[in-house]
Amino acid sequence: MSRFGNIFWLCLLFGTLWGAVLTTLLTLLALFVSGEPFQPQVTAGALAGLIAAGVLTGVSPARRTLGVRALATFVFLLVLTLASGTTPLGLPLSVYPIGQVTFTVLAALAAVQAIQLTARGFGPMRERRYNVEVICLRFVKGFGLLAFTIAVALPFFVMVMMSLKNQQLLLSNPLDFSIDFGQGASALFRSYIELFTQYHFGTYLLNSALVSVATVAITLFFAVPGAYAVARLRFPGQNFLSRSILLIYMVPMIVLVIPLYAIFSQLGMRNTLWGLMLVYPATTIPVALYMLQGYFRGIPSELEEAGLMDGLSRLKVIIKITLPLALPALASVALYVFMIAWNEFLFAFMFLDNVDLYTLSRGIAELNSSEVPRQHLMAGAVIATVPVLALFLWFERFLVAGLTAGSVKG
Amino acid sequence: MTPDSQPKPPKGLGPLAKREMRFAYMLLLPTFLIVLSVVLFPLVANVWISFKPVTLGDLRAPSILSNERLMGDLEAVGDTADIRYRLRNSSRQSAIASVTFTDTLPASLDVLTVDERCTLEDAALRCDLGDYEPGFREDVIVRVAATQAFLDAPADVKDTDPAFDFVPENILTNDDFTLDNFRKVFNASDFWEVLWASLYYTIAGTVGALVMGLFAAQLMNMTFLGRSVLRGLFLSPYVAPVIAVALAWVLLLDPGPGGTLNALLLQLGVIDGPISFLGQRAAELSILGLTFDFPVALTVVIIFEIWRYFPLAMLFILARMQSVSTDIYEAAEIDGATPLQQFRFISLPQLAGIMAVLFLLRFIWTFNKFDDIFLLTGGAAGTRTLTVNVYEQAFAISNLGAGAAVAVVVFLMLLCFSVIFFKFSPEDDA
Repeated sequence: MSRFGNIFWLCLLFGTLWGAVLTTLLTLLALFVSGEPFQPQVTAGALAGLIAAGVLTGVSPARRTLGVRALATFVFLLVLTLASGTTPLGLPLSVYPIGQVTFTVLAALAAVQAIQLTARGFGPMRERRYNVEVICLRFVKGFGLLAFTIAVALPFFVMVMMSLKNQQLLLSNPLDFSIDFGQGASALFRSYIELFTQYHFGTYLLNSALVSVATVAITLFFAVPGAYAVARLRFPGQNFLSRSILLIYMVPMIVLVIPLYAIFSQLGMRNTLWGLMLVYPATTIPVALYMLQGYFRGIPSELEEAGLMDGLSRLKVIIKITLPLALPALASVALYVFMIAWNEFLFAFMFLDNVDLYTLSRGIAELNSSEVPRQHLMAGAVIATVPVLALFLWFERFLVAGLTAGSVKG
Repeated sequence: MTPDSQPKPPKGLGPLAKREMRFAYMLLLPTFLIVLSVVLFPLVANVWISFKPVTLGDLRAPSILSNERLMGDLEAVGDTADIRYRLRNSSRQSAIASVTFTDTLPASLDVLTVDERCTLEDAALRCDLGDYEPGFREDVIVRVAATQAFLDAPADVKDTDPAFDFVPENILTNDDFTLDNFRKVFNASDFWEVLWASLYYTIAGTVGALVMGLFAAQLMNMTFLGRSVLRGLFLSPYVAPVIAVALAWVLLLDPGPGGTLNALLLQLGVIDGPISFLGQRAAELSILGLTFDFPVALTVVIIFEIWRYFPLAMLFILARMQSVSTDIYEAAEIDGATPLQQFRFISLPQLAGIMAVLFLLRFIWTFNKFDDIFLLTGGAAGTRTLTVNVYEQAFAISNLGAGAAVAVVVFLMLLCFSVIFFKFSPEDDA
């Protein structure tokens, strides 16, 4: 039996791929950070990955010591540099030398680490199908994580970076995301400052907060009693109701927008925040009711019956026993409703004409014209995103539990 | 013993049950009222509007436009002239009922004759003009003669504006119905194109988000350093405001100078010239000698949809996966099942239920989606779906009736989907 089997060949393949992918990635990163037109040396990177994988996975797992890994890293660096004609990032080393060296070394370290993780525990010999699948899946998952992370983060990255640049720089070199910290905070955050001083973003922020908080309050005020009734009380139509609630929130907003626009226009409620505070809860109450009734059902009814026996009225039972127990569910519903109201675009866009009443979504839509520079638009997007994202990440546990407990609203 | 005297179980609801029922209805009443007024009533109103010839401008209530003028010269005592009120219904669509107006004539003028519908008490003129048809216009004449007082101090008839009182017809509640809206919608040359785009967007977006969500859930099910950070990151496309991320994508994909992705692809040498990702309707592709049109903008919009909604599928699938007992996997492991076999024969069947529910709900929600496409392309370049068409007809072309007709089509299709889904979906807890 030969010393090298299928695992080794797979490691070489994955080493090649990792080499190519990570070289490209770190070259682009260097490009973003420096603004220099680096060119990824994909072939050289692949070759370097191939040879480094040969060095590292050619020995049995127990012998892949720190020294062997360092050797593999060095080999990767050497091959990448030589194969690319001493331009590991596609430009002569004299350009941006410290950065080039840093990013090249980072690429080598990342590639060797990726190969090491992919091949962890497997020698170069032939292995059965189980381990072949394991090693393939490791590569696919590692690559998947990388791809997902980049795909998800890139728009947000671009959003934040663009908001800190100016139009001229953006147009002349769109790939230059280097941040000049020397210009001072007020110059760096100029777009944000201008949005708040000249574009009324302070008002928009307040309006958004007001509408969202009011929506949450109204929704809970309406949905809690309703959910309790559906979950606990017996009445004709109970089953029908607990099913049909779901149907209500499948009604598309766009079907409601024309009649509501027409009716609200004639009633003079269109261009008001009150209008939004009526429409938003109406669309969130069914969801909230559905989520809450699921949770209420999970609370043992014996607790409430004990309260009833002790002479509490139904209302008192709800306030003193059920609600304290349902606090986590209330929190998640509140967060979820807040998120929907904060992010809502269609009705804010259709209803609000008056600058003083704009919510953030409406205000950003107003920035979306050729007269407003891009960094302002992106700064507006950041201002709208940060509060809801921060709130969400802070309470992620709640929200995730609440979301999966019963809502699938998009 | 007669049958009558036998004890019978009580019929109907007892007093306690009745009280419980009343209490339940009381608790549900506020919800019922708000849903009725903001969801159910507008749904019906939408159908109503779809049969009416209403445009956006008609929402402004019609009124009487008037122009008052003194016709003729009053230079000597006894000269006669006409005060002419030129009146017009401002709307060409709606009638105005029981129009009356009052005006004060200059006291220094002798009123000779007034229009027969008018009465004059001292200097106060009051005219009862009846109903005005849409676009109707007429003149009301008051013949006056000059007096010395007028010649000494000429008064302008315009000093006092006529005050009108009328009942404008409400275009939304009159009995004017038409089928033109539906005729227009179905006869539009691009109706089938819009329908096709809608279905392609819905199916590809739903399936794509589900598959990506499944993949991401597999990744997130591993334990590794920084998993919770990554999970937070992965959820952010779903949590961030749609307008923020959509506009970030628009700038990212911009074909002009300053577009990040095009600059990046040019730098990498992947493309020769910038691609208008959101503006190009179709690109010709040839695979195996077959050439066909690849819908560029529509596909990019679908990728955005997948990007934004895979986190939701990921969350649900992850929650389901973590509730599967590990015993099954251990047993499979002992039986020698490989990782792929475990996925195929254990994970997938376990996830089938939640995937079906997710598909159903996401399908309907993707079909309903408006904001995303509207913000990315505005419905241009072959990305106009039915929902975008509603906006296009109602607010861009200003034909509310036609927009409502499209909305009715949307709602009917949705109803069909729901019926189909609920008929074929297994009894499963959503």
